[in-house]
Amino acid sequence: MSEILRLVGTATWQTLIMVFFSTVFSLLLGLPLGILLCISSPEDQGGIKPMKVLNEVLGRIVNVLRSFPFLILMIVLFPLSRLLLGKSIGTAATIVPLSIAAAPFVARVIESALKEVDHGVIQAARTMGSTNAQIVFKVLIPEALPSLVSGVTLTIINLIGYSAMAGTIGGGGLGDLAIRYGFQRWRTDVLLAAVIVILIMVEIIQVIGNKISASLISKR
Amino acid sequence: MRIALKNLVKNYGSLHAVSDISLEIPQNRIFGIIGKSGAGKSTLVRMMSLLEKPDAGSVWFDDRRVDQLEKNELIAQRRKIGMIFQNFNLFSSRTAGMNVAYPLEICGISKQEIDAKVKSLMEIVGLGDRIDAPISTLSGGQKQRVAIARALANEPEILFCDEATSALDPQTTRAILDLIKSLQKKMNLTVVMITHQMEVVRDSCNFVAVLDEGRVVEQGAVTEIFSNPRSSVTKDFLAHLMSVASTEDAEAEKLVRWSSKGGRYTLRFRGGMTDTPVLSRLGRDLPVEVNIRAGGVQHVEGEEIGTIVCDISGVEENRKAAVKYLQEQGIVVEEADNE
Repeated sequence: MSEILRLVGTATWQTLIMVFFSTVFSLLLGLPLGILLCISSPEDQGGIKPMKVLNEVLGRIVNVLRSFPFLILMIVLFPLSRLLLGKSIGTAATIVPLSIAAAPFVARVIESALKEVDHGVIQAARTMGSTNAQIVFKVLIPEALPSLVSGVTLTIINLIGYSAMAGTIGGGGLGDLAIRYGFQRWRTDVLLAAVIVILIMVEIIQVIGNKISASLISKR
Repeated sequence: MRIALKNLVKNYGSLHAVSDISLEIPQNRIFGIIGKSGAGKSTLVRMMSLLEKPDAGSVWFDDRRVDQLEKNELIAQRRKIGMIFQNFNLFSSRTAGMNVAYPLEICGISKQEIDAKVKSLMEIVGLGDRIDAPISTLSGGQKQRVAIARALANEPEILFCDEATSALDPQTTRAILDLIKSLQKKMNLTVVMITHQMEVVRDSCNFVAVLDEGRVVEQGAVTEIFSNPRSSVTKDFLAHLMSVASTEDAEAEKLVRWSSKGGRYTLRFRGGMTDTPVLSRLGRDLPVEVNIRAGGVQHVEGEEIGTIVCDISGVEENRKAAVKYLQEQGIVVEEADNE
């Protein structure tokens, strides 16, 4: 029993590290990308500074990255991990492909949240003489905040799933544990424990995300 | 500030939204622009408020051409324009007071100055006690008041009202129009009122331009247009003019009015009576004259009820005889006490 606790404890910690940092980095990559996708889109779709070429190029890149099966993307990105961190195996090294894999998803989530903002409100902000930057940071983002929070929640939950997959190719964490002990060594108890911990993590993130989003809405 | 539009044209693909509109909008007046949906009002106001550039023609504020401004000048010019909308377009992420603060914030005004300004503006629009209220807790009329305060925060010389009362009930509409009228005088504003409701023009504007299919079909002083409409579009608007003044009487809203004055007598016909030429017989049989002010037929629970508001002139005994005659015909006659 104590062995399971030790195994699951270490793996949980690794998963938390992976999910936390890849969330941060995927947001750092995806947030500007999402904002850019939104503001460069055609005017009738809510773009505040339509830029056709940029919008299409970014859109294509995002689509390509999103259609890559995650495992393949990880393998393709190993050299990048090696370049950045000096290694391509281990929890830290996994954060690189995880962040990059999640970034296009984040970008689309952010884009669609920002596009939900009422066009009339943007028009009003513009008539008052807002610069584009003021529209983005003082209008679009605050107005879309509840949807943005839901989007981030969704991203974290996705990353928990991705991180479990990443485990299978040497990333460590709960997915790795489930494969190596649960599957390859027929340790159903370890497998079960790993799955339960992942389930609890997802549930906690979802509940917290919903709470924050709801409390933002209730203050309006 | 005086606004001049010279030969404005705006097309969207093959749609001619605005074709060759020229208008002179005098300063410190309320100028109405009325038209049906699709007449080009929205496009026109978007060009006047510098949200869109015309395909041809020019927009002038006083002696300055403003339709070709470069980015920074454009933003500076927009900060001197106030605008309110049909859907209020308030920021739901901000409280009422913070909405009013927004145009001041983006100009980089200090926090203390903003707070003082917000407080005084909210008091001017009668919401001094709702500064910290979330937008969703406000009624439609209150939202439009906040929007007005926000539009006026930068002390603009021009206020555009884009269907500003179309989402409001008649009482609230009147209150908002009264507020705009009083602010217009107080702040020396040039107000441009875009609407599809003739009663808004009647109750608030000094001048009006009637738009149809992207052109101005008629313009002039409101009194002139009302007394002597020339175009069929204007006549149509006047025919559908409903009474806002007597909203307490719901039936009156369905009447067609030829005159804004009320009549002394209200006649109500029931059922088959609506087919009988009672009034012409009255004029033939008695030495009285009937002047019809308003009339209409309503369907109440499957029954037709005709209503005519009119004056009956003649000496008193003949008028009494006329009323008696009408009552004998089965018509309900209501006589107003005052006149």
